[in-house]
Amino acid sequence: MDITTTPIAALAENGIAWADMQMYVSVMIGLVIVMTIADLLHKKSATYFFQAADKADELLAAGEAESSIGNESGRLKQLSAGDKVNALVGTVAIDVATAGEFSNGPRRLVHIFTMWGFVLFVAATAIIIYGEAETATLATAWNIGAIMLLVGSWGYWFAFKVDCQSEGQSYFQIDLKKDIFSLGLMGTSLTALGWEIYGGNTWFVLVLVSTTALFGSVYWSKFSHMFFKPMAAYNKRIIEANGTNENLPHETRDDEWQQNRHSMELLKDAPMDMGLGIKRSKPENY
Amino acid sequence: MPTFVYMTRCDGCGHCVDICPSDIMHIDKKYRRALNIEPNMCWECYSCVKACPHQAIDVRGYADFAPLGHSVRVLRDERKGTIAWRVKFRDGRVKNFLSPITTKPWGSAIPDFRNEAEPTQAERDSELLSFEPESIRLDDGGLHTLESNGLKLKEGVYY
Repeated sequence: MDITTTPIAALAENGIAWADMQMYVSVMIGLVIVMTIADLLHKKSATYFFQAADKADELLAAGEAESSIGNESGRLKQLSAGDKVNALVGTVAIDVATAGEFSNGPRRLVHIFTMWGFVLFVAATAIIIYGEAETATLATAWNIGAIMLLVGSWGYWFAFKVDCQSEGQSYFQIDLKKDIFSLGLMGTSLTALGWEIYGGNTWFVLVLVSTTALFGSVYWSKFSHMFFKPMAAYNKRIIEANGTNENLPHETRDDEWQQNRHSMELLKDAPMDMGLGIKRSKPENY
Repeated sequence: MPTFVYMTRCDGCGHCVDICPSDIMHIDKKYRRALNIEPNMCWECYSCVKACPHQAIDVRGYADFAPLGHSVRVLRDERKGTIAWRVKFRDGRVKNFLSPITTKPWGSAIPDFRNEAEPTQAERDSELLSFEPESIRLDDGGLHTLESNGLKLKEGVYY
């Protein structure tokens, strides 16, 4: 296996026109766009986020509400443009780029491999096909992307798939409606690497089948989460920064006023860090 | 009202699935996020709501204290040893509560029974339970009551 080449250039040399390949990629991009929009409309994801943003604005506008107990003053904050840019940078740099949502380290790693592998692989494929030329750098990105996608998607299936890990189902019991996204990624990475190593029409057809299944099932799969998850992460950062935070409590023991309250007397001599309770053990009994 | 999950906050970690006494919190097979598979069987114990590290689970409070349009949110901070509640009524009034959930660092007061001596026959025949009378301070001036400690029970709710 030479990671400085891809089988795409060989395909062009063997009689398949660049224009045909460009047509296929364009159709796949079109499918993703149309189906993602249909998915957003069907699930009302965009509406949900606009409503959530409006609700946070309403809470903010209501200001410091009448409070029976607790120090509310100075807690809510109108965000400046700079604050919003900060939230956006945090969303892109942490929540998106490093899958910051996951508190489970290994699962986060698997997601990073899958996501960045997919991005590298798809971007390199598109650049090679639309540029009608392959460079060693692009080919390396294509191969590394495919390998990362293989590690991430197959690692997820065999280490984190809840049906198998926790509910005792066989790894080979497949529910196409639920597993199509995982299977599409697994199939795409495996067949792409098989095509790279062994060449030949069979592997090429398998690549076409896998990628068509992946991009043609966006409406029914969880593919579009890559568009609405960043919106959710940004929204979370904004409401945390402006203090509305979906009405979550904000009282803590750090507040001296709280420390002197009657019901907090039991904690007067206790350390400020009590260690971990139920979070000492990983959730693995489900 | 039963629990529901904000899918945009959930990361599918499984803490709620582990802790649910009814075994009705499951991970969705497609989206890999938590959901309540049987709302009718949820008795609103709030275990999952408190255990969720992302505050992704919510419950509507009972109509008698929080009619529609309210919000009841809870934040369990086990590192600080506290739990905070925030009740917002539909007329805009807000009540905040902060209470201890432990008085000692977690795990520090779990007795190590392996190192304890076996009870004697006399202790087995006694009406006292294990570690009594020390554990309930009966050996330290008899039965402790509010009266013996110079305290008085006040009427009403106070905090």
